[in-house]
Amino acid sequence: MSADNLVEIKDLDFAYDDRAILKGISMEIPRGKVVAIMGGSGCGKTTLLRLIGGQLKPSRGEVLVDGLSVPRLRADELYALRRRMGMLFQFGALFTDISVFDNVAYQMREHTSLPEELIRDMVLMKLNAVGLRGAHQLMPAELSGGMARRVALARAISLDPMLIMYDEPFAGLDPISLGVIGQLIRKLNDALGATTIMVTHDIQESLLIVDYIYFMSDGKVVALGTPDEIRASRDPFVHQFVFAQADGPVPFHYPAEPLARDLLGKGA
Amino acid sequence: MSNPSNEGRRSSLLSAITGLGHRVNEALQRLGFAARFFVMVLLYSGQSFRRLHLTIRELYFSGFQSLLIIVVSGLFIGMVLGMQGYETLQRYGSAEALGVLVALSLVRELGPVVAALLFASRAGSSITAEIGLMKATEQLTAMDMMAVNPIARVVAPRFWGGVISMPLLAALFSAAGVFGGYLIGVVFIGVDEGAFWSQMQASVDFRYDICSGIIKSFVFGVAVSLIAVFEGYDAVPTAEGVSSSIKSTVVQSALAILALDFVLTSFMFREA
Repeated sequence: MSADNLVEIKDLDFAYDDRAILKGISMEIPRGKVVAIMGGSGCGKTTLLRLIGGQLKPSRGEVLVDGLSVPRLRADELYALRRRMGMLFQFGALFTDISVFDNVAYQMREHTSLPEELIRDMVLMKLNAVGLRGAHQLMPAELSGGMARRVALARAISLDPMLIMYDEPFAGLDPISLGVIGQLIRKLNDALGATTIMVTHDIQESLLIVDYIYFMSDGKVVALGTPDEIRASRDPFVHQFVFAQADGPVPFHYPAEPLARDLLGKGA
Repeated sequence: MSNPSNEGRRSSLLSAITGLGHRVNEALQRLGFAARFFVMVLLYSGQSFRRLHLTIRELYFSGFQSLLIIVVSGLFIGMVLGMQGYETLQRYGSAEALGVLVALSLVRELGPVVAALLFASRAGSSITAEIGLMKATEQLTAMDMMAVNPIARVVAPRFWGGVISMPLLAALFSAAGVFGGYLIGVVFIGVDEGAFWSQMQASVDFRYDICSGIIKSFVFGVAVSLIAVFEGYDAVPTAEGVSSSIKSTVVQSALAILALDFVLTSFMFREA
């Protein structure tokens, strides 16, 4: 493994029962960079994040994070690695029975023996970074979708992780929140000296903030490049994705019998 | 050439047998998973006891908050026992034995069983709903990704909260019931108060009756709490899945309580 890469994925296969989700994926995520993994819904992006986080085990291939083979780690080693990872879930996954403050303090209290005054200062600093210091006493149910995502972001970075993973950070956000989250992802990555992997299908927002993009379709990497290379790409898949065309290499129709045959009966 | 209707019958029979085999297989697999889950809960209990406030919080939610329904139900059941018992006993001229009848029925049977049934509907269902919804909203996954084990942090405290609460609630249920029997028998009907208490004191044996009742309610507590946490943890993470898990908790707990009660009673009170 090259020391420049924080995450390396080699020839990875994954299947749920008999249904193949990932087919021979290879990727390199360089240290300090923000990398987006893009593709249509159901192409295996989220599965890939779960494999990097060690929540799923691949049927074949290798996932290396900071030189450690994630599928081969024992439970305690995996937990030690996860303490250095932060993950933002699609809908935040905040703990609904405790306040915003306690959500952000959660990992600090679980994994460190820092005094409560210090935890308080750290939590308020994290919340300040996402602009929600004033909301620290609210309960998750009192937050809007965008605010909940920002709190979850503050929670994901609470232990200054080396790797931050985002699962659809832009899904369901209004344009202002979307821009705010996008900028935060970039700024936090650079300020923490972390590495970011972002799974998303929001191409326009991603092109503004990322260093590198992988395109996935049907469980495979179909295109890759920097935002400038992606904008200039003539690849039909990338073209369809960037310009949001309904039909193309990714078909509009779910595979089916010819229409005439379905409408006129089996005899037609 | 075989008769086509015979053929059809044979294939439907075959598919029925296959279906049955499939269901049995699934049920056995789930049972195996539940057993492994139980072992995991026990293994991680040490970790969760080190943070005692988690278990105390659950004791408050499942134990303390069930107090009202338990005490009120106990009181009413005791009062009904008082009325029905007096009605039967006075025919044989032994109305003074009312205290014994009320106390033994409650301590041996009704206390542990009815308190456990109420506990399963009041606390068991809410434990399943809470864990199931935490799963559906990815809170358990998030916890796991933060290197915090959800079985140690969420499941074990709720399990022990239930196990510890259950015998205490059953004891309070019986106490409230005895008081209900006293209210009806002594205060309203006029059974001799001295006879009511002294016969009860003489006939209710601490080890034979009360300890058996406590053991029963402890076993029911383990069963109900395990079913509740398992159904929540194993819930299909959708609204429909969580609702079906809650239903399973109540139904399976009730069946488990009644079946275990039969088994325990047949072991405990054989020489009676």
